[in-house]
Amino acid sequence: MNMMSEAAVEKALDKKMNDVSFKMIGKDVSVYYGAKRALFDVNLNVRQNTVTALIGPSGCGKSTFLRCLNRMNDTIDSCRVTGKITLDDGDIYDPSIDVVELRARVGMVFQKPNPFPKSIYENVAYGPRIHGLARNKAEMDQIVETSLQRAGLWNEAKDRLQEPGTGLSGGQQQRLCIARAVAVSPEVILMDEPCSALDPIATAKVEELIHELRANFTIVIVTHSMQQAARVSQRTAMFHLGNLVEENDTDKMFTNPDDQRTQDYIMGRFG
Amino acid sequence: MNTSLIILFILVLGLIGYVTGRTRSLSISGGKLSALHSRPVYYGSYVAIWAVIPSLIVLFVWLIAAPIYIDSLIRSSFPDSVLSQGSATTELTLGTTRSMAGGILLLSAEELEAAKSGTGNLREILASKGVPLASEAQPFMIEAAESFNALSATSRLLMTIVVFAIGVLGAFFAVRRIGLRFRARNQVERVILAGLILASSIAILTTVGIVGSMLSETTRFFQSVPAYSFFFGTVWDPRFAAAGAAATAGQFGLIPLLAGTLYIALVAMLFAVPVGLFAAIYMAEYASPVVRGTAKPLLEILAGIPTIVYGFFALVTVGPFLRDISTELNGLVTGNYVNFIQAQSVLTAGLVMGIMLIPFVSSLSDDIITQVPRAMRDGSLGLGATRSETIKRVILPAALPGIVGALLLTASRAVGETMIVVLAAGVAARLQLNPFEPMTTVTVKIVNQLTGDLEFTSPQTLVAFALGITLFVITLFLNIYALYIVRKYREQYE
Repeated sequence: MNMMSEAAVEKALDKKMNDVSFKMIGKDVSVYYGAKRALFDVNLNVRQNTVTALIGPSGCGKSTFLRCLNRMNDTIDSCRVTGKITLDDGDIYDPSIDVVELRARVGMVFQKPNPFPKSIYENVAYGPRIHGLARNKAEMDQIVETSLQRAGLWNEAKDRLQEPGTGLSGGQQQRLCIARAVAVSPEVILMDEPCSALDPIATAKVEELIHELRANFTIVIVTHSMQQAARVSQRTAMFHLGNLVEENDTDKMFTNPDDQRTQDYIMGRFG
Repeated sequence: MNTSLIILFILVLGLIGYVTGRTRSLSISGGKLSALHSRPVYYGSYVAIWAVIPSLIVLFVWLIAAPIYIDSLIRSSFPDSVLSQGSATTELTLGTTRSMAGGILLLSAEELEAAKSGTGNLREILASKGVPLASEAQPFMIEAAESFNALSATSRLLMTIVVFAIGVLGAFFAVRRIGLRFRARNQVERVILAGLILASSIAILTTVGIVGSMLSETTRFFQSVPAYSFFFGTVWDPRFAAAGAAATAGQFGLIPLLAGTLYIALVAMLFAVPVGLFAAIYMAEYASPVVRGTAKPLLEILAGIPTIVYGFFALVTVGPFLRDISTELNGLVTGNYVNFIQAQSVLTAGLVMGIMLIPFVSSLSDDIITQVPRAMRDGSLGLGATRSETIKRVILPAALPGIVGALLLTASRAVGETMIVVLAAGVAARLQLNPFEPMTTVTVKIVNQLTGDLEFTSPQTLVAFALGITLFVITLFLNIYALYIVRKYREQYE
């Protein structure tokens, strides 16, 4: 792929984005942990084939919102979610929705790399296996290879597929986790500070990867790094004290934000 | 002065030393505490330690050494007619002399005079005072007894003086050393450290002592019974150790006992492992905090029930129940109302032992399952796995080594369990495979061989030590292996 065509692809994607088709829509989303309210009526939409970055100081509710998008908050006993979140116009908190199916469509990558104590191959094959995505060994091999390639790990891992995933370096582990999420062919991938446990070189690789994944997936990423948000995302949402302060194009957000609080946070005056 | 009084006085001395040391350090500091190296408490403790510990050590050494020395003096004062009869007679005479010495103190001067002159029988006089003697008192023994008393009194007096002197000297030494830059805290902490080391070595030394004593008795057993006929013998028939008939050779085959032990442990594990494991999975993964909060302690209460209670539960309830139900079943199927399960059987003992083991399995496994990092669960759930898929494919495999370790620990308990099998397994040492028949275990046979009126010279009793050490070695290796596996598992997440 030469520079021209790459730019063309970018352009095509941006055009697609500007068509503004919303993949997920959050309306009046509030979250309570027991009696404590963590999110206040957040209205935030996630656009198709776009990287949306959620920023804000610690404890502002950005991770909480992210975890609402695939109902990972269900695993916390005291957590209660109100409001409405839709995925392709289907309410994901509807009682008829199977949370397992939802999580197959909305995958997740966590803050700390958490490969299973299995081989690299089995780590990637885990999702396809439980969802029955491959009919035979050859198809599974294909899925594993594609996923590892998409996660940019194939060249490093192809000769050691049967070695334990926990034996990889931190950055490789995180890319393995991304491959694992990609293997299920989700529509949306949620990333909760995916680079916070990685060194700068590994971070650069993962960021590059996020950029490439945008072509096939819709990505929502929580990050503490302003630069990272600026580098990888097209849309940015700023949270503060459980409220959504502002949501805008990333370029605009970092040059000329509408809200004073965003300006202050980006300039490093608080947070 | 008697020993407990001496100890009390030393402790009082220590208290005085503490107050003195503390006061002195305060006066040295001139009210400026920061000038002192350590806080006044440490100076006080330092003096107290010097007052108490050396004197207590001397006291205990004296208490142990003095009687030995006095005994040897008395022994050497015996006439040759006694000494020439060998050590057994000498020791017997010494014992009589010692009890006589105790008795003489109770006599009035006239009675003693009478005994000495031979006009009164000392044995009868002492018997009337409640001091029985093993044999008639001979004149030389009365003399020896008197000198024994004299020596003991001197020793006691000397001991009191020496111990107090050391206590006071120690305190003085310590008080003199107190100074502004004197590092009392470091010294005190070293003593505390030594105390901690002592405490832990007591436990270890006791173990070594137990093993040592078992080993020596076992060696004695193997002198009369060859090792191969013990370890590979298939017949257990120890006979009785009839008095004077030490030559009665029984057969001491370990195999039937070991088979019974392992068989019953196997049945117990077959019952306890699935139940305990499922309970643990429910507790760790599915139960709501409320259910977990109540059910877990309840399950653990099961672990607190004394095993003898399980034993008679087996004997009175489970055994008869199994017997009756087998009668009914047999009657329904064949028309012949005869029980095919004995009340005392491998099944009864195994079942009840399994119930006993459930809390061990569930509690240990529960701990291990909850130790699996939350990130593993989240990772799996985030990929759209259901809870049960997560448990089956991620959590159990990750926890498996730990669970295996826990099961091995449980198995070693099953192998060493005594009271349940004593009551529920039967005493017939048979080598067979029918779980409905009684079998017996190593522990049951140890109990059998050691109950009653015994002399520890015949192989019939000594075999208990050989059995004990065999059992010990088996459980030891199970435990070591279990710990090895558990440790290996821990490294995975660190």
